[in-house]
Amino acid sequence: MNTSLTNTARLTGAALRALLTLTVLCGVLYPLAVTGLAQGLFPHQANGSALRSNGKAVGSSLIGQRYDLPLKKGEATPAPDLRWFQPRPSGGLTENTVNTQYKLLVSGATNRAGDSPDLIKAVEDAKAAVLADNTAPGYTPKPSDIPADAVTSSASGMDPDISPAYARLQVHRVAARNHLSATEVNRLVAAHTTGRTLGFMGEPRVNVLELNVALGEAARKG
Amino acid sequence: MTTGTKRPTGTPPSSGAQAPTPSEKHEDDAMSTVTQDRAPHQDAPAPAHPEGGRVGGGLFDPKQLLRSLPDAFRKLDPRVMIKSPVMFVVLVGSVLTTVLALLHPGAWFGWAITAWLWLTTLFANLAEAVAEGRGKAQADTLRKAKTDTVARRLTGTTEESVPGTDLRIGDLVVCEAGDVIPGDGDVVEGVASVDESAITGESAPVIRESGGDRSAVTGGTKVLSDRIVIKITTKPGETFIDRMINLVEGAARQKTPNEIALNILLASLTIVFLLAVVTLQPFAVYAGAEQSMIVLTALLVCLIPTTIGALLSAIGIAGMDRLVQRNVLAMSGRAVEAAGDVSTLLLDKTGTITYGNRRAAEFVPVPGVTETALADAAQLSSLADETPEGRSVIDLAEEKYGLAARQQNQLTGAEWIEFTAQTRMSGVDLPADGAAGPARKVRKGATASVAAWVAERGGTVAADVDRIATAIAEAGGTPLPVAVDDAEGARVLGVIHLKDVVKDGMRERFDELRRMGIKTIMITGDNPLTAKAIAAEAGVDDFLAEATPEDKMALIKREQAGGKLVAMTGDGTNDAPALAQADVGVAMNTGTSAAKEAGNMVDLDSDPTKLIEIVEIGKQLLITRGALTTFSIANDVAKYFAIIPAMFAVVYPGLNKLNIMGLTSPQSAILSAVIFNALVIVALVPLALKGVRYRPMSADRMLRRNLALYGLGGLITPFVGIKLIDLLLTLIPGIG
Amino acid sequence: MNSLAAASGALSPAVAAVLQLLALIAALALAYRPLGDHMARVYSSDRHLRVEKWIYKAIGADPHTEMRWPAYLRGVLAFSAVSLLFLYLLQRLQGSLPGSLGFASIDPDQAFNTAASFVANTNWQSYAGEQAMGHVVQTAGLAVQNFVSAAVGIAVAVALVRGFARSRTGELGNFWADLVRGTVRVLLPISVVGALVLVACGAIQNFSGIHEVGQFLGGHQQMNGGAVASQEVIKELGTNGGGYFNANSAHPFENPDGFTNLFEIFLILVIPFALTRTFGRLTGSLKQGYAILGTMAVIWIGFTVLMWAAEFGGHGRAFELAGGALEGKETRFGIGGSSLFAVATTLTSTGAVDSFHSSYTGLGGGLTMLGMQLGEIAPGGVGSGLYGMLIMAVIAVFLAGLMVGRTPEFLGKKIGTREIKLAACYILVTPALVLCFTAASLVLPTPPHSMLNSGAHGFSEILYAYTSGANNNGSAFAGLSADTPWFNTTIGLAMLLGRFVPMVFVLALAGSLAEQQPVPKTAGTLRTEKPLFSGLLVGTILIVAGLTYFPALALGPLAEGLAS
Repeated sequence: MNTSLTNTARLTGAALRALLTLTVLCGVLYPLAVTGLAQGLFPHQANGSALRSNGKAVGSSLIGQRYDLPLKKGEATPAPDLRWFQPRPSGGLTENTVNTQYKLLVSGATNRAGDSPDLIKAVEDAKAAVLADNTAPGYTPKPSDIPADAVTSSASGMDPDISPAYARLQVHRVAARNHLSATEVNRLVAAHTTGRTLGFMGEPRVNVLELNVALGEAARKG
Repeated sequence: MTTGTKRPTGTPPSSGAQAPTPSEKHEDDAMSTVTQDRAPHQDAPAPAHPEGGRVGGGLFDPKQLLRSLPDAFRKLDPRVMIKSPVMFVVLVGSVLTTVLALLHPGAWFGWAITAWLWLTTLFANLAEAVAEGRGKAQADTLRKAKTDTVARRLTGTTEESVPGTDLRIGDLVVCEAGDVIPGDGDVVEGVASVDESAITGESAPVIRESGGDRSAVTGGTKVLSDRIVIKITTKPGETFIDRMINLVEGAARQKTPNEIALNILLASLTIVFLLAVVTLQPFAVYAGAEQSMIVLTALLVCLIPTTIGALLSAIGIAGMDRLVQRNVLAMSGRAVEAAGDVSTLLLDKTGTITYGNRRAAEFVPVPGVTETALADAAQLSSLADETPEGRSVIDLAEEKYGLAARQQNQLTGAEWIEFTAQTRMSGVDLPADGAAGPARKVRKGATASVAAWVAERGGTVAADVDRIATAIAEAGGTPLPVAVDDAEGARVLGVIHLKDVVKDGMRERFDELRRMGIKTIMITGDNPLTAKAIAAEAGVDDFLAEATPEDKMALIKREQAGGKLVAMTGDGTNDAPALAQADVGVAMNTGTSAAKEAGNMVDLDSDPTKLIEIVEIGKQLLITRGALTTFSIANDVAKYFAIIPAMFAVVYPGLNKLNIMGLTSPQSAILSAVIFNALVIVALVPLALKGVRYRPMSADRMLRRNLALYGLGGLITPFVGIKLIDLLLTLIPGIG
Repeated sequence: MNSLAAASGALSPAVAAVLQLLALIAALALAYRPLGDHMARVYSSDRHLRVEKWIYKAIGADPHTEMRWPAYLRGVLAFSAVSLLFLYLLQRLQGSLPGSLGFASIDPDQAFNTAASFVANTNWQSYAGEQAMGHVVQTAGLAVQNFVSAAVGIAVAVALVRGFARSRTGELGNFWADLVRGTVRVLLPISVVGALVLVACGAIQNFSGIHEVGQFLGGHQQMNGGAVASQEVIKELGTNGGGYFNANSAHPFENPDGFTNLFEIFLILVIPFALTRTFGRLTGSLKQGYAILGTMAVIWIGFTVLMWAAEFGGHGRAFELAGGALEGKETRFGIGGSSLFAVATTLTSTGAVDSFHSSYTGLGGGLTMLGMQLGEIAPGGVGSGLYGMLIMAVIAVFLAGLMVGRTPEFLGKKIGTREIKLAACYILVTPALVLCFTAASLVLPTPPHSMLNSGAHGFSEILYAYTSGANNNGSAFAGLSADTPWFNTTIGLAMLLGRFVPMVFVLALAGSLAEQQPVPKTAGTLRTEKPLFSGLLVGTILIVAGLTYFPALALGPLAEGLAS
């Protein structure tokens, strides 16, 4: 009895010492070393791939943003600012609930199932909105033109990208609102379309923030 | 009786034919594999390949099902059922559905399921009962032999009559002609012929005498002549015949290690499926499709491995029974399984690999003599030689040189010289008359004797004779010079090559064993040269020459140290340690009681080649278990496809897509699955009893074959079976 | 779209997906030998690195002391128990610790759940990383467990391998040495390199607090900094799966582009696959290692292809309306890359996600669940995949061995009563946990309120939660609001029991095997290194493990997936 107790104590002591040494190694030295190397070698990426425009920070090129009009009275959700390319819906994005001293966005998805009435309604509404919003003079999109990413929420809620098809769908509207020619906006879209890495990794995409920054510059010039 | 020829110890000459024991009435193919090798002079076909399944069991007689029915009912006792966890669950399920059906007596579905669940339980018991029933007849015969014998016990110098059951170890009893030996023991005085047919089924009497390797007698056998005094060596109730009765009845059957392991696996599968079904109800309630307990019980019974659960013990009993039918008594089931695992087989040369008596194989003449002339002389010289060797010379002369065997009385005036241990020669002195030609004297025999005979008559032995004789000896044979003394003087004509003849088909048999991954080692007292020659001819993998019991023991230990399982046969007292050490030790029934005690099997036929069959039976036992388990588990897939849509398509119509069999209605689907589950047990009873077909082949091929048959078969069969049953059910009004 | 796709020289998504799979296979194949052999050396060498010597000194353990299975198990359990307590306290005290960005202490039930989760190599998260855990807990607590729980898993697997390799000894090696070596020589070096690759592609790695970032339309957005890349790499490499952010590997800071996505899948799979090589090396039968590898690969590739079929098919009312099952998937990964990740993460015990399984099609979601229910063995978690697969192999060997007429043996070791008993107990544990807890959750009045979706999918959420917990996966049908005392406690228990009870059986089995004397191989021996046996093993896994869950799956994903 007594020996088994001593043994247990000895074993627990060894386990605790093992945990503490490994914590120093993996929990302190390792992250510090990686951070040091990362900050030295890739400071831009390591600090969030910030994007600047006109000398001011406009966000991270990796994190999607909303391009909405200020919330008006009586609205539950703000209306999109149709001057800019619109990102994917971000139905899964939630507000900070725990640590309320900050105003954080909590990444996430809607987690709705394919047969969920809520999701079906969300898709229907989004589809109707995309059709309505993108109807520009001389251009009426067909429902079949709308790609899936335009009406579905992403996994993180912060998807920085849209599909090239969704970007093209928005070209006429954006061109009209910014008083630019569709050709020019189309050129911008093409310039900001990223193909698959090495031709097969990932999917072709358009970074909305980068496109909007370019659009802003073009609009200012134009 | 003969010189120079060692024979299987204590085997009296006999006809070699064997009267079938009562249990072998259903036997046909099994007998063909039992080859007797008792009579030294018998040219029995070697245990080669009988056609068809070689270790098949008996034919299955459907009438056995009926006969065993009462036993099957008796086994419904929960205390018996609990031994098989799978079937116990079915029993509980049957009781449960019965209660539920009673609560709703109007619903035909509940009654139908209940009936079939009971049938499932009953079929399982039936399988076991049938398996046991096959041993019963044999046990009855044995019991008859055992009926109250009265022993004549010797106390000091007086003799008293006591019941056989009162005998204690160490008692001395007297048996005279006509007495039944009251218990197992050793003959300590006298010699007698004993009828052992009660045990062995062998009608020819055997000799039992005090001392040596032929001293053991078995209780229940009958003394036919003379008087012997026997020292009792076993307690009443534990005699050989008692153990035999227990064995054939299956009463003494203990679960073998593999069977226990399999039972554990089956029990854990049962628990898993029990969990799956028990927890299914809350899931179903959530889905809005609460299930009746009857349906859940039906699902459970279909999922748990009832097929193998029902047949497992029958397979074990039938496996032991197959051994019994081959006149092998396994003292433990463990040994039978070990037989399947054997990787090294020790075989005595004499009697097992060779006929055990040397035979003339060739006539080698000296230069200047024709083979025919030599054959003629050899034949003449052997006519008076009644030994097997002598007869084999005559046979060879007839077969190879077309010299018809002359009868001694055809040659008038001939003076026959018989073979004796003193002269070590046989021959004939022929007068100069008649067809036999000029006067001459012919001799054949041991080299030294013949040489002396020739020299005595003023002849010389040519150097060639020495050369030939040496060559023959080196090839493992025995040279037997033939000399003649006629007008041309005394001289040696040539040499008869006597050879230890390897039984036909042994090489093929060893090749098979090799394919099965079993190494054969020949044990012989011969010198290494002879041993090597015979080993090469027989095709064994290795040999142990000039083997002493200690060598044998060391060899077994060496093999076992390498992780191998060793099987051997033995009969003498000096074999006992090795028999005990071997993983499978088969004692010959003719052997000493020490040998029989040491081994874990006894071969009543005392046929050393039977070891090979024992190995096959051991393998077949395991294969049958594995095959039926695989079949049973594979069955579950189809049952899911039948039952799950039937249960839940009401709430989730999409699940109807899983009803790929297109079963008529939910009820018919569930009922069909339950019926299939029950019927498949009955359908597989013959297979369980006979064992799956076994042929020696590599593990790879065997696995491929059995997987295709029982794995894929197990997947597909229930789809077909359930569909058919469903079609039949729809014919019944009120179901479709 | 087509013209644009053509203009950029793009392939169809399905073809690109296949190419990604092929690239992944090629990369895994390249790493297989060096990594597998390296691990074999690590776990069999007599030499110690200097840092290891320091650690042994600190622990007070002699790395040369051989342990029998009970001692080895005591080491595993003591270390894990201490870790559990440490991590629990760290969370409970977060509010008072410096460097916590002012994040509050975690509630007891959630702290228990999280501690259990990370110690059990599960990394189920009932919290949202960015709003709950500060730097100290993330790096000194959670990330450390990412290393050591993985090292414990590999250690147990190596102990089992030694059981097969050794004979007539009951000794299985030294737990402390295995733990330290796995961490120092296998996990750390790969992590350093991998983390830098991730940073180069855009994953963040800093210690800045929550800071404000300007927005395009003006104003600011508050954002988390953190040692993300260093944690991301070990989260995948150690098949842990606990994300720094709530969105896990879907978050652009954790998984910035198509390449990193593939790279992370590679990290998930590389050790579990390479361990089969280590197994082959240490047992002296490389072929047996290949056979196990083949079995794992067949299931993994099969699942991937089925997943593509389900997701590209996009059945489900909402997906058909939208024109594709892109809900809960990121644009840069698409359906192809997301499916690849989903299969890899659920067939290993990782549980990291780059897309949300709850929004997969019914059948696709069913595949993620079935993948876990097979026992996480294709290729499974680091270590746990190998030992889980070897347990299944023991069962398959038993059936197959009987069918060739011998007492079953695997690598020369007899599979007898004791071995089968332990293997049977092993396969009982997780189904019992999953089914019983799921059933209890449905019977009790409140747990069902946590479901986001109704009907079959709502049921799937709960089934998934316990499947994920008991199998130590950690991914979720995240619609379930699992941060309730009931779910935190029961899932926590499921994770602990699902991790450590099977380990008891594995180590006992290892001990039993190590004591045996090997049986020499003959022509009558079942050739367990042949494709035929691998096929049988696949069948055994699908039937024995899969069938247990079939009724439950029928009421969840199958009901949903077959509805349309």
